[in-house]
Amino acid sequence: MTARLRRVRVSPGAKLGRKSPAQRKAAALRRPERLWRRTVAGVPYLWLLVFFLAPFAIVMRISFADPLIGQPPFTPLYDETQGIQLTADNYRFLTEDDLYWVSYLKSLRIAGVATLLCLLIGYPMAYGIARARTVWRNVLLLLVILPFWTSFLLRVYAWMGMLSGQGVVNKALLALGLVDQPVQILYTDLAVYLGIVYTYLPFMILPLYATLERLDDDLLDAAADLGGRPRQAFLDITLPLSVPGVVAGSMLVFIPALGEFVIPSLLGGLDTLMIGRTLYDEFFVNRDWPLASAVASVLVLILVVPIVIFQRFSQPDRETVR
Amino acid sequence: MRRGGRSPTFLFSCLCFGFAFLYVPILVMIAYSFNDSRLVSVWTGFSLRWYGALWENEQIIDAAGLSLRIAFVSATLATALGTLAALAITRMGRFRGRTLFSGMLAAPLVMPEVITGLSLLMLFVSLEGMVGWPSGRGADTITIAHITFSMAYVAVVVQARLTAMDRALEEAAMDLGCRPMGVTFDIILPLIAPAMLSGWLLAFTLSLDDLVIASFVSGPESSTLPMVIYSKVRLGITPDVNALAAVIVAIVGIGVAVAGWLMARMARAGRLD
Repeated sequence: MTARLRRVRVSPGAKLGRKSPAQRKAAALRRPERLWRRTVAGVPYLWLLVFFLAPFAIVMRISFADPLIGQPPFTPLYDETQGIQLTADNYRFLTEDDLYWVSYLKSLRIAGVATLLCLLIGYPMAYGIARARTVWRNVLLLLVILPFWTSFLLRVYAWMGMLSGQGVVNKALLALGLVDQPVQILYTDLAVYLGIVYTYLPFMILPLYATLERLDDDLLDAAADLGGRPRQAFLDITLPLSVPGVVAGSMLVFIPALGEFVIPSLLGGLDTLMIGRTLYDEFFVNRDWPLASAVASVLVLILVVPIVIFQRFSQPDRETVR
Repeated sequence: MRRGGRSPTFLFSCLCFGFAFLYVPILVMIAYSFNDSRLVSVWTGFSLRWYGALWENEQIIDAAGLSLRIAFVSATLATALGTLAALAITRMGRFRGRTLFSGMLAAPLVMPEVITGLSLLMLFVSLEGMVGWPSGRGADTITIAHITFSMAYVAVVVQARLTAMDRALEEAAMDLGCRPMGVTFDIILPLIAPAMLSGWLLAFTLSLDDLVIASFVSGPESSTLPMVIYSKVRLGITPDVNALAAVIVAIVGIGVAVAGWLMARMARAGRLD
């Protein structure tokens, strides 16, 4: 937890356990420095341990408790008459009830497909921005970031208006003669896909842009000089070099989308069972804290691999592209 | 177009399509906030009545006040903690538990909100049982929750600035006998001030926007603005929410413009990039 201090040269006096006056003075000078270094790393470290890591441990532990009517609504870990109480009933229930299987699988599918769609729309956009003139680049980038600053909830709400029976989308479809009567888009899976792609697209574009922008033009020039077609240069140079951006962007979309609650509950139908929504209902409607904790614990386990991948590809001190 | 670009028309149409996709829903939502009709999608005429209704809705005004207070406090503390964390990662070399630290710092960026919300609530309930704090849940617990996830965002923004920064000034100061603490306050902090400002703004908007985590860790008497909006729109579209959205978009637009102007000025003054 504490920052390791720079090793100080050991003088003969120190070996004998005595300190020369000069050393004592240096130590006194260093004390606020040591305190400072400890504060810089220690304070945020402690905060994250208490408010980020410890809560997970508590959730894991509650997932092995039985529900109870009372406050808090679960059995304590240690009871004076019964000793330590742990039960795997919640996990057994998760595997037995179809609701949870369906929710996990559907979340994985929706998050996966939405991530691919984001990549398909976001890659050309990021590439276009990276290739644009410098003046335009910042304007376009700002346009990508701007929706992110407006409320996420209200942007999802905007699609409720767009997709409703008399909404803009249906009006456009009717005007174009593609449909005879308004189609039901709101409260279907399609609306959920649209909502996720819409709200998470900036998260895909930004890391992609970051890698594409740093791409060395000389490489493409060299490829052109050696007779490579632009298409081939793109496939052989640009695409492989942008992999870190693709991975980081995909994880930034996939992981939060997997546990998404707002979008399926506002845009999805009753059958759009995503695990975030199931967890929310388990907690707020059924008030079953242990089962909700078990659902969350399994979700965290599913997310461990993508989060590790994300962390490896997003660390700025581990740059793979110059 | 720079050399080596792909077909410009293809990219151009992709950009047009993409930006239309991003902006049309917002514009349509704002347009309908001026609609006279109670039925949101039928245009009957221009009116400001929904703005009036919004102004008189005390529930919304109170919730907005609470959200702004929470956002201000949590953004300020998150900026302090996030900046310290970024300094620890970039300037403290290796220290015990650095891997765990950077992992804990990156995970909140992607952690689904339902998990963060649920786990923080469990923590607060357990703490209350063990040490009597926090007694009940409300604005304080929401603030702590918001600090925890937004400090990660601040850390990313500040860390990017710290890694990109030329370290010659710091090294020169060290060579001249300046201590790490002095270097941090006299040299690093002024140079990363713009990044800290954008980190603060990011934390502020994230806090203002959060629905799921706040729903978990709030008490019965503290409904934030997103919680009120959610309870209104869950049952369908209502025109006063459109008006609220228009107000928020306007505020954000002005805020971004002012922040951009300020940062450009600071950049010119401080010879930053």
